[in-house]
Amino acid sequence: MSAEIRVQEAAFDPGAELSAFTPRAAAAGAGAMVSFTGLVRDLPGAGGLSRMVIEHYPGMTEKALEKIAAEAADRWPLGPVLILHRFGALTGQEPIMMVATASAHRVAAFEAAEFLMDYLKSRAPFWKKEETGDGTRWVAARSEDEDALGRWR
Amino acid sequence: MDILYFAWVRERIGLPKERIETSATTVAELVEELRTREARYAEAFSDLKALRVALDQELSEFDAPLAGVREVAFFPPMTGG
Repeated sequence: MSAEIRVQEAAFDPGAELSAFTPRAAAAGAGAMVSFTGLVRDLPGAGGLSRMVIEHYPGMTEKALEKIAAEAADRWPLGPVLILHRFGALTGQEPIMMVATASAHRVAAFEAAEFLMDYLKSRAPFWKKEETGDGTRWVAARSEDEDALGRWR
Repeated sequence: MDILYFAWVRERIGLPKERIETSATTVAELVEELRTREARYAEAFSDLKALRVALDQELSEFDAPLAGVREVAFFPPMTGG
């Protein structure tokens, strides 16, 4: 498994990322690739989301993502893994983050991608702040996100 | 020891990072010390259940020892993804 971890302020193109990931997956002998891309949602009834600002903990973020990727590779026979997460100011509909996994068979690729997402949501030091017409608020962690980790223990 | 604050903890305390001298031996003792400083600290640390702590960039617990630790970070539960 080789993990590509990127934490960046710049926007990214999920299609271009997947295109770049494909030959790496193929070269590793993968027969399946799974990718997930998270987008900034507009929130109905919240006065209209004008901006989302993502804060992170430089240094710890990269370490936490490396650790999550390494744990995934211990559980499933993976080819390359991509974890890409933005920080800074984002506007509606922009891609926030992306994970891609590759493996010989699809079950491992799907499960590893879900595992990465579940851990990334509550174990990587990112914090989202929403700015709407009604003011700003820090997004609260959801107990379902914490509960989601239970299935992997 | 460097103390870092993120998200609303940073906003309530009013700074992202500070260097302090402390004789606290655990995170809980450090929190007690910070609470007594000023109202903004007392407010930020009023409910530890709403906070997480990292020691040298690894998630930890409030009863963890501080021996050898160089960087302590306090922040709310993470909301990545």
